Amino acid sequence: MERYFEPGIECASREQITRLQDERLAATVKRVYETVPYYKNKMDEAGVSPADIQGVRDLHKLPFLSKEDLRKQYPYGLLAKPLSECVRIHSTSGTTGRRVVAFYTQNDIDLWEECCARAITAAGGTKEDVVQVCYGYGLFTGGAGLHGGSHKVGSLTLPMSSGNTDRQIQFMTDLGATIICCTPSYAAYLAESIIERGERDRIKLKAGIFGAEAWTEEMRQDIQNKLGIKAYDIYGLTEISGPGVAFECSQQDGMHINEDHFIAEIIDPATGEVLPYGEKGELVFTSITKEAFPLIRYRTKDICVLNAEPCACGRTHVRMTKPLGRSDDMLIVKGVNVFPSQIETVLLNDGYPANYQIIVERENNSDRIEVQVEMTPEMFSDSLKDITKREKKLVSDLKAMLGIYCVVKLVAPKSIVRSEGKAKRVIDKRNLYAGK
Amino acid sequence: MTVKQISAFLENKPGALAAFTRILQDSEIDLRALSLAETEDFGIVRVIVDDPFRTVQILKEEGYVCSLTPVLAIVFEDKPGALVNVLNLLGDNGINLEYSYAFLAKKANSACMIFRVADNEAAIKVLTANGIRPLCQDDMEGMFK
Repeated sequence: MERYFEPGIECASREQITRLQDERLAATVKRVYETVPYYKNKMDEAGVSPADIQGVRDLHKLPFLSKEDLRKQYPYGLLAKPLSECVRIHSTSGTTGRRVVAFYTQNDIDLWEECCARAITAAGGTKEDVVQVCYGYGLFTGGAGLHGGSHKVGSLTLPMSSGNTDRQIQFMTDLGATIICCTPSYAAYLAESIIERGERDRIKLKAGIFGAEAWTEEMRQDIQNKLGIKAYDIYGLTEISGPGVAFECSQQDGMHINEDHFIAEIIDPATGEVLPYGEKGELVFTSITKEAFPLIRYRTKDICVLNAEPCACGRTHVRMTKPLGRSDDMLIVKGVNVFPSQIETVLLNDGYPANYQIIVERENNSDRIEVQVEMTPEMFSDSLKDITKREKKLVSDLKAMLGIYCVVKLVAPKSIVRSEGKAKRVIDKRNLYAGK
Repeated sequence: MTVKQISAFLENKPGALAAFTRILQDSEIDLRALSLAETEDFGIVRVIVDDPFRTVQILKEEGYVCSLTPVLAIVFEDKPGALVNVLNLLGDNGINLEYSYAFLAKKANSACMIFRVADNEAAIKVLTANGIRPLCQDDMEGMFK
């Protein structure tokens, strides 16, 4: 039988949801106009006043917000509450050059954790369960979100954080974890490690909640078969709150967006025009309950499709497909956001040329990123020691910038294929996005 | 009292060295010595040739990244202890050896070695003071006539 954390809202009628969204949107727009000069200026420029926004039907009149805007307003430019009302920050993953900081009031944290609690409940979680959270804790929202969600459900929470596979498996078996939360690639890695150690019969897992990176249906089947569990997808962005913006139900057919907190739109990424449900486009979110850091029409750059058809699980909130791609060049590697421009910055700082190529692969369900750089006379030496020393510096500079380890490969001049004079910068061999 | 060594960057993949030597052959450049240093991904080929300046020009035209480095070339009598003697002289005088490789000349009963040290001047001073004279480019050519 399907369980809900908040059945009244998760299964509300469309009319109820729309009414709630209308009220909350109008109030949010009025509030940000009055408290955040940035929003006031942007709305004034666009010739829109709070009075023009009576409900969701008026949403299209408001200007978009981009990640670039967030960076420019770092750190306090979009804050809609006094700092004294804020209790926490989180920040986007490992992106030194493009940091975005999001603020939370206690109420923001509570609502976010309730969203995660809905996801855990939809995956079958109850207060009888043992939830092992192996998302990273810290600035990253993964650990904190699912941790809080698990508390709200009343499950026994194992705050493992990421890494240390030996310890993960030991706690999983000794304490009988029934639900695991991590990235899908780590889940696949754990599954293999558990089988290798012959511990498959000692685990009690029944479900996994996997997010923060793209994964395929094949990967889902693989994890489900190896661990004997149901694997559920979860979606979120730090900017909007964190994991739990949308989550999968028992049907495993799209993620329900928590529409009482977030209004989703699909737009044509080129024109900004709003597209009807069912069409593929860029996902745009407006948060209508956030106090400290409300975002109005935030462009996620994730390409997906929205589905408003009733779901067999009984939930009425609209479903989104897994992201089918990106409308910018951002890569997600090992759950970390990577922009090619960041890699280029490091290369140029270290004296390498801008002739480079980024190759992303998935080996044994784990991401591997390789940066190929062409050798130049300036960087060359007859001494292997000199070259490898520079190479090691590059590896550590990339690690400092991106937060993840990159393999560096020096290649011969002009060996990176150029088409029409421009090198193809990124080769992503992972095939993460179905139908692409 | 040094000879010019050419170093070039090669990717560590099948045929890379063949393509490199083919260019020298096609340009009628004579190889006197060759040594390879490699990592998993790339290698450095170091050669001594009859005409270093022309060779660099040709390699650059062919798109290779290369450099010219003055190195020490020493001829030993082919008898026990000769190499140890030279290495001791360098070591005892605090001259660090970056790398070294051997090659063959036409002269019988002799062994030739290339030494790459951080400070050529200091090494030459120590060696000549002990009766060992590193070859210059012309000496080198003489050995192959």
